[in-house]
Amino acid sequence: MTLGRAFSLFLLLSLAGCGAVDETGTVPLRKGGVPASGDTLVTGSIGEASTLIPLLASDAASHTIAGYIYNGLVKYDKELNLVGDLAEKWEVSPDGLVITFHLRKGVKWQDGHDFTSRDVLYTYRVTIDPKTPTAYAEDFKQVKKVEAPDLFTVRVTYDHPFAPALASWGSNVLPAHLLEGKEITTSPLARRPVGTGPYRFKEWVGGQKVTLEAYDGYFEGKPYLARVVDRLIPDSATMYLELKAGGIDMMTLTPVQYQRQTTGKKFLSQFNKYRYPASSYVYMGYNLRNPLFGDVRVRQALTHAINKEELIQGVLLGMGQVAKGPYKPGSWAWNPSISDPAYDPAAARRLLAEAGWRDTDGDGLLDKGGKPFSFTVLTNQGNAERLKTAQIIQQRLRDVGIDMKIRVIEWASFITHFIDTRNFEAVLLGWSLGQDPDIFDVWHSSKSGKKELNFIGYKNEEVDRLIVAGRGTFDQKERQRCYWRIQELLAKDQPYTFLYVPDALPVVSARIRGIAPAPAGIGYNFIQWYVPRGEQKYTQ
Amino acid sequence: MIPYLIKRILLLFPLLLGITLITFTVIHLAPGEPVEMQTAMSPKITAETRQRLREYYGLDKPLPLQYGLWLGRIARLDFGRSFAPDNRPVIDKIRERIPVTLSLNLIALVLEFGLALPIGILAAVRRNTLLDKGLTLFVFLGFAIPTFWLALLLMYLFGVRLEWLPISGLHSLGSDRLAPWPWLLDMARHLILPIAVASFGSLAGLSRYMRSTMLEVIGQDYITTARAKGLPERVVILRHALRNALLPVITLLGFSLPGLIGGSVIFETIFAIPGMGQLFFMGVMARDYPLVMGILVIGAGLTLIGNLLADLCYALADPRIRHGGQ
Repeated sequence: MTLGRAFSLFLLLSLAGCGAVDETGTVPLRKGGVPASGDTLVTGSIGEASTLIPLLASDAASHTIAGYIYNGLVKYDKELNLVGDLAEKWEVSPDGLVITFHLRKGVKWQDGHDFTSRDVLYTYRVTIDPKTPTAYAEDFKQVKKVEAPDLFTVRVTYDHPFAPALASWGSNVLPAHLLEGKEITTSPLARRPVGTGPYRFKEWVGGQKVTLEAYDGYFEGKPYLARVVDRLIPDSATMYLELKAGGIDMMTLTPVQYQRQTTGKKFLSQFNKYRYPASSYVYMGYNLRNPLFGDVRVRQALTHAINKEELIQGVLLGMGQVAKGPYKPGSWAWNPSISDPAYDPAAARRLLAEAGWRDTDGDGLLDKGGKPFSFTVLTNQGNAERLKTAQIIQQRLRDVGIDMKIRVIEWASFITHFIDTRNFEAVLLGWSLGQDPDIFDVWHSSKSGKKELNFIGYKNEEVDRLIVAGRGTFDQKERQRCYWRIQELLAKDQPYTFLYVPDALPVVSARIRGIAPAPAGIGYNFIQWYVPRGEQKYTQ
Repeated sequence: MIPYLIKRILLLFPLLLGITLITFTVIHLAPGEPVEMQTAMSPKITAETRQRLREYYGLDKPLPLQYGLWLGRIARLDFGRSFAPDNRPVIDKIRERIPVTLSLNLIALVLEFGLALPIGILAAVRRNTLLDKGLTLFVFLGFAIPTFWLALLLMYLFGVRLEWLPISGLHSLGSDRLAPWPWLLDMARHLILPIAVASFGSLAGLSRYMRSTMLEVIGQDYITTARAKGLPERVVILRHALRNALLPVITLLGFSLPGLIGGSVIFETIFAIPGMGQLFFMGVMARDYPLVMGILVIGAGLTLIGNLLADLCYALADPRIRHGGQ
């Protein structure tokens, strides 16, 4: 090989880099076509599933696959209301202590066995069994007893009315006839699961893919898409290239990919992009044990100094919305009318001055008692969005005379050396949100012990009382009143500066029809997704 | 010879013990433990649950005891079960991954030697010509370009733009229904990019080494003699010079043998190849102690055996080593 050849290789590579963009344009969504069975949906996953017994799994990859195979007693519909799944209907006793589930009749496990209340009883017992290594026993700790008066009725009794309880029965029901009397941790079901769901397990090639097939006997009807293949692609850049080359049909885009790299005609004719608020928010939390943040005026000033709109434009390229509290905009617990400190550097300086922070030595930094206002914000490694957010905030705080340093730390040491030891000043992190608005674990003052999640040490008696009241009633109006008030109090206290709620940006191959985005996202009607006969790509 | 062999084999055991002790200590020094990685920042986890999980994995016992228990199992060749929720025997997980990594590394190694040796020889024979400089530039480009970056560019070029080659993985969807020949062809197409990237990156070291030993040999008197005899240059280089120049290179080959089972994290991750590198990396990220220890012990064992074999070969060739340096 000669010098010339070496150079031409290099040239080729750089050309490939430049020629990337095909002209921007809009392409109408491909619509219509007659629903038809067949074809395969290929998805990609960054991590490999660990076990397909969802009770034992704590990783997203396992739960995603298990979600196709199993059902719970209840589920959330597209408007995020709880509806029956394996339970046809349920009643809550007037005192809120007893929930009676009436199970669907005629449901069959994928191996032909009948589904009955015995399965529900087994799942409950194995979940609370101290020998089961599960992360989900906590949901059922409040349960006093579970009975099955007959094959299709399950009655659950609680000591206190506990609103999040209902949703907890959405966890996947396991087949008692295959597990009862056996050791669940060594069960072959971990690698070859049997459920009641729309898809049945076909094959798992370690390190490569999991294949599922439509289950003919699914109680809501057989899904149109004949197969789902989940490929393991550990690198997200590779995953994106696979998407472009047609190797996978669906993934979640980053804001940059959504706004800049997938705008060409070719891409838009092959894929449909979707956009809706994700169930998560990003925040900057202050260690309230630190005297620096003990003064509420200082925390308000910090929020005044930060331009959240700018963060959304700069970091998310507009793909998100301002967060003012711990709820997803549009959900029933979200209070649309709260106002937290808006971007206003002058107000920030005024509040800081009131709290005694002034620039006495003329170095551009505020100081008090001879010490400059300086702190370090910690964020976790591997999340570019959070790092960019921190950098923009750093600049804004510098404008009002606060010196904020940024430190990026690997996740495991972040938790053990900083969060667990409370050895931090401020953190920039995110929470994902469950569907139930109960926020006891993160905000109740009793949860600030070691390893608990109120690690900033927030304590407000009224908030504590409202949190307990909110989880203690099934009356949604009453609960809403509690959570709305909590948001007002948090907006005033500013224990976190709530920054933004990013958008979820899924993209799906255009040959897949029947997708109808709703508050619950796009996955809720998966069994109605289809590919018209003429466009099917993978035929048996 | 026999006493030397026995001495060497006996020495292996304390060495292996030392390696396991160090790796065990290091992996436990890393912040975070398996339970932590599964449960950190999850609202569902209480102290009780955490404690229960720690007991389940035996993490509540003091470290020396944990090490002792682990050592006891290893002595019976039981690598234990993975801490991942699938709870599979570590040895099964490793067995599933080794063939892929081994065959991939073997092909890459053959390719690497097959390319680097001619490059080195050519560069030595034509030293300081434009060809030599061009080759040097080429191999150092391979050495200097970050693997992941080159891999992504090649994927984009050949996978997305030209659509000649698949991007990642080992097989196409539906390839399991193909006849053996097309099936193999399909896999070969998947392997072109990863193997090209892996070999390109490692050409530099070997070819430069080959070049320098070759230069050394070419300067020797017997080469001059061979030329003076009127032998064609081809014969002088390939028969007389190459043989002697190859000896030290073959030692290098010996060194790369243990590396055959240790996959590369970077290209296995980028190309989604289910090999040892990926397994080990994921094991470390999840603090899956038994898995990590298992892979390290097997790797260390192979390295020690490789060294032993290399030393034995020396000993066979060199009486000074055989007789303890007298």
